[in-house]
Amino acid sequence: MFTDFFFVLKKKGVPVTITEWLSFMEALYKGYFQSSLNHLYYIGRAFLVKSEAYYDMYDLAFQEYFGSIETSSLELDKVMEWLENPLHRLPKLTPEELAEFQKQLEEFRKQHDMEELMRQFRERLKEQKERHDGGSKWIGTGGTSPFGAYGYHPGGIRVGGESWMQSAAKVAGERRFRNYRNDIILDVRQTKMALKRLRELKREGAQEELDIDETIDKTAKEGGEIELVFNRSRENTVRIILLMDTGGSMLPYTELCERLFSAATQMEHFKEFKYYFFHNCIYQDVYEDMANYKRVPTEKLFSNFHKGYKVILVGDARMAYSELFDVNGCIDYFYTNDKPGIEWLMRIRQHFPHSVWLNPTHRNFWGHYTVDTISKIFPMFELTIDGLKDAIKALTSRTRQPVLN
Amino acid sequence: MVDTGKGYRGSEYYIASKPLMEIVNVAIALGKPLVIKGEPGTGKTLLAHSIAEALNKKLIIWNIKSTTKAKDGLYVYDTVQRLNDARFKDKDISDIRQYIKLGKLGQAFKSDEQVVLLIDEIDKADVEFPNDLLNELDEMSFHIPELDEEVTARHRPIVVITSNSEKELPDAFLRRCIFYYIEFPDEEMMERIVRVHYPDIENKLLREALKRFYWIREVDGLRKKPSTSELLDWIKALMLGGISPDKISSEIPFLGTLLKNEQDTGRFVRLSNAQGGFGFKKRF
Repeated sequence: MFTDFFFVLKKKGVPVTITEWLSFMEALYKGYFQSSLNHLYYIGRAFLVKSEAYYDMYDLAFQEYFGSIETSSLELDKVMEWLENPLHRLPKLTPEELAEFQKQLEEFRKQHDMEELMRQFRERLKEQKERHDGGSKWIGTGGTSPFGAYGYHPGGIRVGGESWMQSAAKVAGERRFRNYRNDIILDVRQTKMALKRLRELKREGAQEELDIDETIDKTAKEGGEIELVFNRSRENTVRIILLMDTGGSMLPYTELCERLFSAATQMEHFKEFKYYFFHNCIYQDVYEDMANYKRVPTEKLFSNFHKGYKVILVGDARMAYSELFDVNGCIDYFYTNDKPGIEWLMRIRQHFPHSVWLNPTHRNFWGHYTVDTISKIFPMFELTIDGLKDAIKALTSRTRQPVLN
Repeated sequence: MVDTGKGYRGSEYYIASKPLMEIVNVAIALGKPLVIKGEPGTGKTLLAHSIAEALNKKLIIWNIKSTTKAKDGLYVYDTVQRLNDARFKDKDISDIRQYIKLGKLGQAFKSDEQVVLLIDEIDKADVEFPNDLLNELDEMSFHIPELDEEVTARHRPIVVITSNSEKELPDAFLRRCIFYYIEFPDEEMMERIVRVHYPDIENKLLREALKRFYWIREVDGLRKKPSTSELLDWIKALMLGGISPDKISSEIPFLGTLLKNEQDTGRFVRLSNAQGGFGFKKRF
């Protein structure tokens, strides 16, 4: 039954396994739920998709496989019956009449609150028990009540065809879970979740944790004389330096970078967190503020921070050729640099073996000569959830990537 | 086919969406653990309470902390107590059974009737924690080596597991569960939820408050978006303060009940005054 659906899901990128498929089939065969597409949608999702990140892909697969089947929502079934076979079709309207209707509609909108109308509709839906044709109050066909189908009320609520209540195909079609996908940009909470993976637990500090196993062992060895053994508690020892590009070409990614920045500053579990800013490329100075007034010599990064610090550079890596390769190539004309930017970047990479570059632009746009060069110095990742996860994996891995000279 | 009249239908103080009800019922019928995820304040924990209440079953809550080990839920062998008793020789210590204390999972298995077991905030524990429970939740039984005894569930408990997605759960664990993501309620649903709590609220006030609430949630980059519980607090404050609905649309009284930290409030005030950038330079 629907075995093809399994493969459609796989094709869309939902990591569904045979175990899950089998238990879904079990639920189907045992008849635990009503056989309607609405149920199939929700229950299939509960069985086959185990993260909201894949809900959107499930929606797409569901639409592809079941999309052509007409569905109506559960609540609307009854209402739809009332609306079947109208008494008489709406007569064809002349352009003048249509304009008149349009005018009435505008007036109606002025007079009536749309929300009020919806509320009335819901109330009436509750009260109404049977079919109505004609008339001006109940939900029905051919009347002047604001609710129903094939009727005359301008600006009323049309019921039928597409429902505003939930039907499976509609929900799948809406793709409401698009924002939960892993491969699109992240919000603060998701970023924090990803940054949480950035941890190295080590025992440091005072010995204040009672080690029960050791205590028992020692006590037994001492012949029952209780001997308490304490241990240092484990804590995260990750130290981070964040270097962010504030150049003009980063302007479109302001929000994205701000999210990363605010997530990183909020993280309380880093042992140390430092951040500096730069403009397009790094030369002998980085800046403590975004407006690039408070200079800190880049040399200081090397003298103050040991190689255990993890460095995250954020920037589009896109600049003029001269900015990266030339002496005095800096974009700010009042600023002179006697070493080209690329030398500084390579020194950073050499001093901090655990460093990555996060690029807010899409991978497809990386075919630029400076982006290309920089991605050979630093492992470069997209600034998406998946990219961030990969970047963190690269930061925490013990093997150090070779430095290109 | 399950008789739609029976099973879980939500309870008096908890409004469950229709798909959620169906899924709860399927999970109960198949005896599989139900994993509930969702934004804070969407009622994940309350769901278990509601199931227990609606089906008239006992609820056992196992709150997970960062230090919780999987074994704590099964049983604890209080060796320190036994050692202590041995030193003072005032008790018979040969019966190990008196030092074995069943954990929450053990209690749920041993219960004489079917219970609802809530494993709350499973993501707080160590990454390996869910994997350590795989077999126990699959077979609904575990072994106590000290007694050489098997604890088997007399009645498969209804297991509800909540996660705030602070850590991701392992795939092997998720494969054995049924998963549901509770979306943040839309305005219509929220109206119903508010009405459950404050049945005599004025229509206009409610509508204005909801409009403002969803507008604030739309503000980008808030550190913590206000959730249902904050909305309920805010509405309570509005009602107690006798604020007129018109006032809500022009300013936001009691903003502190909605936004709980300084930066958010600052950002919000700034944003509502004027749209400002992040300080990126306007030069290229």
